[in-house]
Amino acid sequence: MEFARGSMLYLDDVSVSFDGFKAINGLSLMLAPGEMRAVIGPNGAGKTTMMDIITGKTRPDHGDVIFDQSIDLTRHDETDIARMGIGRKFQKPTVFETHTVADNLLLSLAGKRGVFETLLAQITGAEARRIEEILETIRLEERRDDLAADLSHGQKQWLEIGMLLAQDPKVLLVDEPAAGMTDAETMATADLLKRIAGEHTVMVVEHDMEFVRALGVKVTVLNEGSVLAEGSLDHVSADPHVIESYLGR
Amino acid sequence: MKADPLLDLKSKLFLALLVAAAIVVPMANLVAAPGSDFYLPSFAVALFGKYLTYALLALSVDLIWGYCGILSLGHGAFFALGGYAMGMHLMREIGPRGVYGDPVLPDFMVFLDWKELPWFWWGFDQFWFACLMVLLVPGGLAFVFGWLAFRSRVTGVYLSIITQAMTYALMLAFFRNDMGFGGNNGLTDFRDVLGFDLRSDATRAGLFVASAAALGLGYLLARRVTTSRAGKVLVSVRDAEARARFLGYRVEGYKLMVFTLSAMMAGVAGALYVPQVGIINPGEFSPANSIEIVIWVAVGGRGLLLGAVLGAILVNGAKTLLTGWVPEIWIFVLGLIFVLVTLFLPKGVLGAFGTLSWRSGGARRGASAQPAE
Ligand SMILES: Nc1ncnc2c1ncn2[C@@H]1O[C@H](COP(=O)(O)OP(=O)(O)OP(=O)(O)O)[C@@H](O)[C@H]1O
Ligand SMILES: [Mg+2]
Repeated sequence: MEFARGSMLYLDDVSVSFDGFKAINGLSLMLAPGEMRAVIGPNGAGKTTMMDIITGKTRPDHGDVIFDQSIDLTRHDETDIARMGIGRKFQKPTVFETHTVADNLLLSLAGKRGVFETLLAQITGAEARRIEEILETIRLEERRDDLAADLSHGQKQWLEIGMLLAQDPKVLLVDEPAAGMTDAETMATADLLKRIAGEHTVMVVEHDMEFVRALGVKVTVLNEGSVLAEGSLDHVSADPHVIESYLGR
Repeated sequence: MKADPLLDLKSKLFLALLVAAAIVVPMANLVAAPGSDFYLPSFAVALFGKYLTYALLALSVDLIWGYCGILSLGHGAFFALGGYAMGMHLMREIGPRGVYGDPVLPDFMVFLDWKELPWFWWGFDQFWFACLMVLLVPGGLAFVFGWLAFRSRVTGVYLSIITQAMTYALMLAFFRNDMGFGGNNGLTDFRDVLGFDLRSDATRAGLFVASAAALGLGYLLARRVTTSRAGKVLVSVRDAEARARFLGYRVEGYKLMVFTLSAMMAGVAGALYVPQVGIINPGEFSPANSIEIVIWVAVGGRGLLLGAVLGAILVNGAKTLLTGWVPEIWIFVLGLIFVLVTLFLPKGVLGAFGTLSWRSGGARRGASAQPAE
């Protein structure tokens, strides 16, 4: 897999169709280690489906999906891929509602995953400290012992980002993290993601242009299942195709 | 993140109550003089013992349904298999005292003109072997069934339907004489267990105590699982299965562990049930039985463990009273109870009661594992 050299995530000519409808159509994309990339595009462009393919939820009909230069992700399922180091935040915030905020983080912490391991697991000092750190980062220290169900929409988004941090994956796929947040929260989220990038490779999907601008990273525009344009936000915003299919509407 | 302790207040109360029952019920039968106010007739000891085995069965269903969201409508099958394993031992223990006096073959085999014991009856003359089979047969079936179903990601209604199909298929199989389990008569006319006469009061009392002990141990085991980190994973699988997968949990493995454990608990319940009621027949596999278990759990309160115990005892107590009185209406009353509980007590009796008066944990609200709707 020479072609994937130097990449953390490499998609080449990927296609998938649902009942004849091509949701992803010849999609190619490459993320370098430590890179943060913003992905934008109209509703139904295939952004979420692309994440489904990377995380093993959807199997592509065609194309290569390579992780960390050599791992063919199309051969693995969700669990394997998560364990190899790809974490994901869903578009609709998905946390464990009947668990406390702290337990949500505990279950996400990298490490113990096997049935017998978790049956015997006692929380370690290191785990407790890490949970406190993350609680601080996502500003939910006060809500530590509350059920996740009782959080506001924005707080659930943050908790889910916290769960990603706890997982400490190599690649973070973040689907619409700012949805349902106030402007201030949106900017705080952008700051948080910027801090995470560098150590991690991050792909962020978002419709909020202010947010994308705040990230200040390379942007990929997706439309009808393939890449329409790529470059800085200003560059893609000036692209007539992008204006026509997305921004202009 | 204070861990939920293995023995919380409710658990201690429950176990204390169970120990008290294990002392008082046998005493009231064996020591109190017949006719006195404290005397408990022998049939009642066996009846209460039967309730305890039902409670253990309900507990096993709550473990998978309440905590992992697996709605098994075939758990009666595991109960019946445990019952048959014990029944086979009790048949062998009859020995030459059967109607036909054959030292090895149970009466029904002599009647069918069989000449030798089928291979799958070998070893059942040994009590320890039967006990092992009580665990291994239901556990093994659950493991294979679960492995196939969970790996293919069969969930929800589809899983419930195939569990019904499983118990129905077993019922049809066990009805056949040539299966070698006594056909529609099943296994009965037991004499003794471990040398103790099954008709004696002392044996009945002993079986009651054994049932109480099994329920207590089953409860502790269920608590151990549900209060562990694995228990939290189970609840996570119940509420957001995909999320659990994307965190790297092998969901099938967790389901398989808890399903197999639950089937074994149901098997033990069946094994204790059979000597107390004196018979096991294919009717125990009937799909309706399995549905009833789920109703017990729903009535008592799903996802609370003690709710299942309470539900099993309440519903079966009501059943005993009503069937003695107007047998025909029981099935309608059961349906009515289920509808009323679903409408007015969605968290079951214990769930409703619990939110009113049990505020032991103070600020901690995440202690119980009430399923999300
Ligand atoms: N499992 C599926 N079965 C059928 N169609 C699907 C499936 N998943 C996605 N699609 C379709 O594929 C297209 C792309 O959907 P996707 O969710 O990836 O879009 P998106 O870019 O994330 O849009 P949004 O911005 O609205 O989240 C849509 O038309 C959607 O209806
Ligand atoms: Mg989407």
